[in-house]
Amino acid sequence: MLENIFNLVSEHILAPAVGLLVPDSYASNALYTLEVLVKITAILLPLLFCVAYLTYAERKIIGYIQCRLGPNRVGFFGFRLWGLGQPIADVVKLIFKEIIIPAGANKRLFVIAPILAMAPSLAAWAVIPFDETLVLADINAGLLYILALTSLAVYGIIIAGWASNSKYAFLGAMRSAALFVSYQIAMGFALVCVLIAAGSLNLGRITDAQSGSILHWYWLPLLPIFLVYFISGVAETNRAPFDVAEGESELVAGFHVEYGGMAFSIFFMAEYANMVLISVLTAVLFCGGWLSPFQGLPYLGGIPVISEPNIIWLLVKTSVFLFLFLWVRATFPRYSYDQIMRLGW
Amino acid sequence: MVQLMKIKDYFRTFLLWELVKGLRLTGRYLFRRKITVQYPEEKTPQSPRFRGLHALRRYPNGEERCIACKLCEAVCPAVAITIESEQRDDGTRRTTRYDIDLAKCIFCGFCEESCPVDSIVETRIYEYHGEQRSDLLMTKERLLEVGDIAEEQIARDRATEAIYR
Repeated sequence: MLENIFNLVSEHILAPAVGLLVPDSYASNALYTLEVLVKITAILLPLLFCVAYLTYAERKIIGYIQCRLGPNRVGFFGFRLWGLGQPIADVVKLIFKEIIIPAGANKRLFVIAPILAMAPSLAAWAVIPFDETLVLADINAGLLYILALTSLAVYGIIIAGWASNSKYAFLGAMRSAALFVSYQIAMGFALVCVLIAAGSLNLGRITDAQSGSILHWYWLPLLPIFLVYFISGVAETNRAPFDVAEGESELVAGFHVEYGGMAFSIFFMAEYANMVLISVLTAVLFCGGWLSPFQGLPYLGGIPVISEPNIIWLLVKTSVFLFLFLWVRATFPRYSYDQIMRLGW
Repeated sequence: MVQLMKIKDYFRTFLLWELVKGLRLTGRYLFRRKITVQYPEEKTPQSPRFRGLHALRRYPNGEERCIACKLCEAVCPAVAITIESEQRDDGTRRTTRYDIDLAKCIFCGFCEESCPVDSIVETRIYEYHGEQRSDLLMTKERLLEVGDIAEEQIARDRATEAIYR
């Protein structure tokens, strides 16, 4: 369905526009570029929307777990709507705040750092298959690409810590570098297991290899690996209980102490975008991506709509993992630094 | 036996048993009744001993109670009270100035306890604000004004607490 909508848009809006603006000899290239741009927008806008509302969900869920109500005041047009306007209000507030660059900071790196943290977590979405055909770049080394890009995110954190010229930020950056080195091994090997099982690095192919039934998804055959991957995923996103790089109680806010306003919120968004990414990846690699959980089961397998593969299933699975992220954060205290090193090595 | 327990513990750790137990606990709390008091609409009950905004009281005939004994000024641990006094024409001693700096006040209630004539009291009023520092300096006039407004409640609270004093 989404494919059809896109084709319609491409045929009736993009193609005429290109025809008007570009000479004919370049038309096919320009059309291709434009199509890709539209696809990127179609992925990123909902993603950023999800990121905004993930913060809301986090505050609400953690609030509920702590017997509180969470944000419930800011609504729309005078209606409270359980505080659904909160993320919008936060964004508007952050946009209007001044960005302060500390006098001793390395200005260029200080500005580049949040971008370096944000860009990989967005770029990794290029190879995520939402459906059998719905993928921006159907490349064969998809898993490798993901591994490479998610590893890049740590540079943003290290550079931020270094450029801030502040003790706390620097300590946070060092910790994050050490943490990065230690979880990356576990994560890498977990991914290797998946690619051996699927016989492909292409994420779409990996999902296809899991088709059959819920028991064929890799979470069961690779159960310990599934847990290892999810836990190192939590570590990768710098989330509790692995948020030593921030560690409010010891390091104030760790690598982003010196950041304020939009610069800070980009770090924030990067963290949440990473959470969504890891959740989607866990769903794709271990829980059959867009495949239906009812597929291939006795009695339930034959039902027309709910046993068919659909993008909705991917979204549902992603939401479950995101909830698990928040749940874990609300439950476990932060690991101390030496414990993390022991766990990682 | 100890050996067996050790093996059991080892397996539990390996299967993340403790983590699952923790998650189950927080998962149960997710559905607990929420205890948040939604402030402007709902308020927590107050004790008659509540220590809020200060007030100076009057006798029923309109005469102010304060006799400028300065006990409150002496006892105030935050040095928030300033009193100046003079002899009035009828021979009684009265204050000419009675300031409480709310920015200094720690709301300990010592002034209220030290007062021999129940003049300075702390009321249940706690919803007030100042937009500049001088707004938080309670002068004698303002204190008496608060007393006039809240006298009914103040008298009732004193009456319920009288048996404990």
